[in-house]
Amino acid sequence: MASSAGRRARASVRGYRERATRASGLSRVGEWWASLPERTRAWIPVAIVVTLAVLYPFYIDSLPTNIPIIVQFPPLHDTVTILVFVMMAVGLNIVVGYAGLLDLGYVAFYAIGAYTAGWLASGQFQQVHFSFGAIGVQSNAGGIHISIWLVLLIAAIVTAVGGILIGLPTLRLRGDYLAIVTLGFGEIIPQFVRNADDLHGFNLSGGTFGINPIDQLGFGNRLHDAVGLPVTYNAYFPPTPDRLFYWTILALLLFTLFCSMRLRDSRLGRAWIAIREDETAAGAMGVPLMRTKTWSYAGGAFFGGIAGAYIATFNSGAFPTQFDFNISVFLLCMVVLGGMGSLWGVVVAGTILAWLNFDGLGNIGSWFNTNILPGSHQIDVPKYSFGIYGVIIVLMMLFRPTGLIPERRRKREIEEGTRGPLDEPLYEMRGADEPGAGERGAGGRVPRG
Amino acid sequence: MSEPATRQDDDLLVALQVRKEFGGLLAVNDLDFIIPQRSIVSLIGPNGAGKTTFFNMLTGLYKPTSGVVIFDGQDVTAKPPHAITKAGIGRTFQNIRLFPQMTAEENVLVGMHSRLRGGILGSIFGTPRVRREEREALEKARELLAFSGLGKADHELAESLSYGDQRRLEVARALATEPKLLLLDEPTAGMNPQETVAFLDFVSQLREQRPISILLIEHDMKVVMGASERVTVLDYGEKIAEGTPHEIQHDERVIEAYLGKAATG
Repeated sequence: MASSAGRRARASVRGYRERATRASGLSRVGEWWASLPERTRAWIPVAIVVTLAVLYPFYIDSLPTNIPIIVQFPPLHDTVTILVFVMMAVGLNIVVGYAGLLDLGYVAFYAIGAYTAGWLASGQFQQVHFSFGAIGVQSNAGGIHISIWLVLLIAAIVTAVGGILIGLPTLRLRGDYLAIVTLGFGEIIPQFVRNADDLHGFNLSGGTFGINPIDQLGFGNRLHDAVGLPVTYNAYFPPTPDRLFYWTILALLLFTLFCSMRLRDSRLGRAWIAIREDETAAGAMGVPLMRTKTWSYAGGAFFGGIAGAYIATFNSGAFPTQFDFNISVFLLCMVVLGGMGSLWGVVVAGTILAWLNFDGLGNIGSWFNTNILPGSHQIDVPKYSFGIYGVIIVLMMLFRPTGLIPERRRKREIEEGTRGPLDEPLYEMRGADEPGAGERGAGGRVPRG
Repeated sequence: MSEPATRQDDDLLVALQVRKEFGGLLAVNDLDFIIPQRSIVSLIGPNGAGKTTFFNMLTGLYKPTSGVVIFDGQDVTAKPPHAITKAGIGRTFQNIRLFPQMTAEENVLVGMHSRLRGGILGSIFGTPRVRREEREALEKARELLAFSGLGKADHELAESLSYGDQRRLEVARALATEPKLLLLDEPTAGMNPQETVAFLDFVSQLREQRPISILLIEHDMKVVMGASERVTVLDYGEKIAEGTPHEIQHDERVIEAYLGKAATG
């Protein structure tokens, strides 16, 4: 039912587009576009988006600030946090989208990453004096001070190892059981750091106060003298350190996307998708189930760890209140909304949801309050954020269950759940009603539709 | 009972005293079973005779309650499925279990998993070794599909293939694991007579062209008679007969198991 509506909509869009093209004489452009190789056609939009994103700090100030409803584009400082969340969503997509493992505790990885940065690049452990490549730190300062660039990598590895440790006992479980146990780990880690300020007198995590300040990112004196790069990010003022933070996270996000894409198309990625499709059959075809699933956990955790460490240095602190269960759900929403397994879908949905969370709902609320609602009936929109996300998810599931930009296979999976004909009859559906054909769902996939 | 197969040192698979109990239910009772090199043997029996249970023990899906399975000189008893596949046993499923949302080509590539070596870093950075391996794997996958009569189906999703083609794809995927022994679990179930004949042709062709042994599980006696060299008959988890198809067809206990006691009298 949803699929036939979608098909009609697509057909009408196509018809409209054809008419519009003909009417405006744009057909030659269309022909030129169609004559390009498929690879080029696929990459041009990506290149445009990336270019626009890279240049964002330069044109953000000239963007209008009184746009109806959304009011304004997100300021640079918020964009950094938004991209950190998008990066985590892309990481979670490896676990949920590729390998099909429902992980409700991704926030644990985020927390491990942030606290690793806290431990390795702050004055938390005053007992020791260790410094390695740290920038903007006095040489006699107490605590461990390792260069944040290195800490990003260490945090990623520590978190990946954490993912493996969490994965080994839990990944033997399937489906709902796995979700519950990951949920548990997502709660345990933040609770642990909240209470680990007095482990037999040893202050590990700073308790509710967290760890702060955390060292800064920077290029150091040598690069400063040689090519003029700022010593620390915070010294990049004017124009603003946010620019540097923004470009750095953008680079990290692109790196995450690149890795995700390469992994998806690799031997390991095929094994993940095979496990998602039919775990028993995958095992029988020589895919080591535990190891492969654990790698997906480690992969997802790796990027969660980088994101956590990065946000810790950006905020110059790691606090237990940052690592709420809500974040796990929020990230899962991004993956589901975007289309599980679909990289670009997750990026788009992640950007929109994170923006709504940090800026959008506030902006939209204030716009409605000033322009539409009377002064006596003002609504505090951000207060209802999770209700609004819930409504968005329900609407999406009703009208576009495959997500904003469905993964190639997911799209067919869900749309063909109704066994309806395609736009063009590509294949004969012989055998669909023969004995045995209906038992294919035995691997745990329930036909949807 | 006809004479049991004589055991030789180079037998590909030897199962000794294999037993499986599910709670109080005895599914397979101390079964001895031998598959010689480059042979095609069948395991038949009425529904519920324990054929698939035995099969699942060979492939590591179930752990035997007791007994030993030796394949190609190594003890594979109770090893996990992927290790057994790596040792050289490929299988198909009674109810087709392809990866429905992957293309035919990708299904076959998954079958190659244990024969490929590309690691995480190699895949991410696209090292020449991994890229060459992937290219060769793809080429081989296409060859296998062509060999299985699915030459034009490379990019079709597994679930959109016809029933007979899905069966062929399962075999192609199992062949991709480079098996020394191919286990086919009721491969002709749900096929119409023409598809069955075509499939059995395909199996014998397979046997001629590749150095593998085949174990065929069937409940339909007609299917195995033409295709196999030796037939073992199971009933209630026990071996009731073993021999050439001709011997089996005239074995009283087999006829009894299939048709009931009165038929023999």
